[in-house]
Amino acid sequence: MNGGLMRSATTRRNALALGLGALTITLTRPARATPEIMEQAIKAFTGGKRVQEGRVTFDISLLVENGNSVPFSVLVESPMTKADHVTRIGIFNEKNPLPDVAIFTLTPRCGRASVASRMRLNDTQFITAIAELSDGSYWSAVSEVIVTLPACVED
Amino acid sequence: MWNELRSAGVIAALALCAGARAEDARRSGFDDMGPGTQAMQREDSSNPGMLSALEGESLWSAPAGPAQTSCASCHGEASASMKGVAARYPAFDTASQRPLDLAGRISQCRDQRQQAGPLPRESRELVALTTYVGLQSRGQPIAPPEDARLTPFRDAGKALYSQRMGQLNFSCAQCHDENAGGHLGAALIPQAHPTGYPLYRLEWQATGSLQRRLRNCMIGTRAEPFTYGGLEYIELELFLMQRAAGMAIETPAVRP
Amino acid sequence: MARALINVPAKAKRGEIIEIKTLMAHPMETGFRTGVDGKLVPRDIITQFVCTYNGEVVFSAELFPAITANPFLAFTTIATESGALVFSWTDNHGQTQVQTAPIHVE
Repeated sequence: MNGGLMRSATTRRNALALGLGALTITLTRPARATPEIMEQAIKAFTGGKRVQEGRVTFDISLLVENGNSVPFSVLVESPMTKADHVTRIGIFNEKNPLPDVAIFTLTPRCGRASVASRMRLNDTQFITAIAELSDGSYWSAVSEVIVTLPACVED
Repeated sequence: MWNELRSAGVIAALALCAGARAEDARRSGFDDMGPGTQAMQREDSSNPGMLSALEGESLWSAPAGPAQTSCASCHGEASASMKGVAARYPAFDTASQRPLDLAGRISQCRDQRQQAGPLPRESRELVALTTYVGLQSRGQPIAPPEDARLTPFRDAGKALYSQRMGQLNFSCAQCHDENAGGHLGAALIPQAHPTGYPLYRLEWQATGSLQRRLRNCMIGTRAEPFTYGGLEYIELELFLMQRAAGMAIETPAVRP
Repeated sequence: MARALINVPAKAKRGEIIEIKTLMAHPMETGFRTGVDGKLVPRDIITQFVCTYNGEVVFSAELFPAITANPFLAFTTIATESGALVFSWTDNHGQTQVQTAPIHVE
């Protein structure tokens, strides 16, 4: 087997795989969320109140192997007492068909403001996590996620 | 003197390590996954493949067929009777004079012993039972049977592995031997050791068999896939399991 | 048939914060995909998850189609007394699946 031939064959295969990926997206994706639509979803969550950066640790891989299942976790600095706790955590995206991912409702009985789940991402994009506190303030963290295509996708 | 001896010992130990590495450069697909996907597999409570094993556990003792027998009626506790079984498949079936993979054996048992009819290939039930049986061998080294009757089939699998196919005209070996560790698009090309089947593939969002994965590869090379349950897949599995002999079973693994 | 995998420590000390992990078998069909017939596959997702501890809600979640198939949820609660944690998953058709895990608090 000639090394040069192999390389060119692999490149052709890559081009085909990438081409097909792009085609699938155009054929099957309906209207997508946009950063503007995400802003509207966030406004609905916060009631238009100011969102401050900080207090939220948003852990999600920068580079993921398959957008079908992207693990994430959110930890918010909070004593989680009756007087001072996190009431809700909202996760929002800017390029999936819908801007909402999940809204978690917490109570002081959680003991810690810590949640983890897995999300679908149909493209490389920014994801926002927003915590609502019992004093009515909102805190956020933003992460970029680069989504790569797996090899040999299902037909 | 003591120091010298100790250094000699250290050098000898290092040489041994290097020797072991040179002997076995095989890598499970697990080793090449991102930390997020590895974490999913590492803990049962976060491994979605365990949902299939859980369903398999219920099916194991669910009565079926006219005599209302279950797997457990004959085989008892799977943790005892099925330990190490998946590590020895495919095996030769005397009645049909051909090799059977584990899913084929389960389906045959269901059809002929329980008389409940065969379970369709890739059906949720068959995948679940195969996953549950496979789980009983987790951590055990793959140990293909030394059965001369399997040799011609394993040889046929070896030939298939190197045979170019599809419109892209690729063989398994061209990607998984010659270019393993390289990339196809952004995805790393694994060495293709079937250590964790049935496994949960994020691409499938489900647990599936080695045959389903091989089918994906064939579609990738624009080849006409073999029929599910076909002898070609079982021959390939015989060869791949021999190639992976000694590596630990991971069922149910998680892969991208 | 059990459709969910729940991880709750069987024993905990009073006041200890324990981690709970749940996996539910569900396709989480988005309603945005087309089937082989070219028609949209109808949406079928878990929309609501609730965890109660001896009858009181400690954690809940509203889920959207962007949540992965076979949804995984991990969260924490304070071990207050022995009893039962009850988990419920409700889909967009209003069907609810319930599973219970006992907890022994020392």
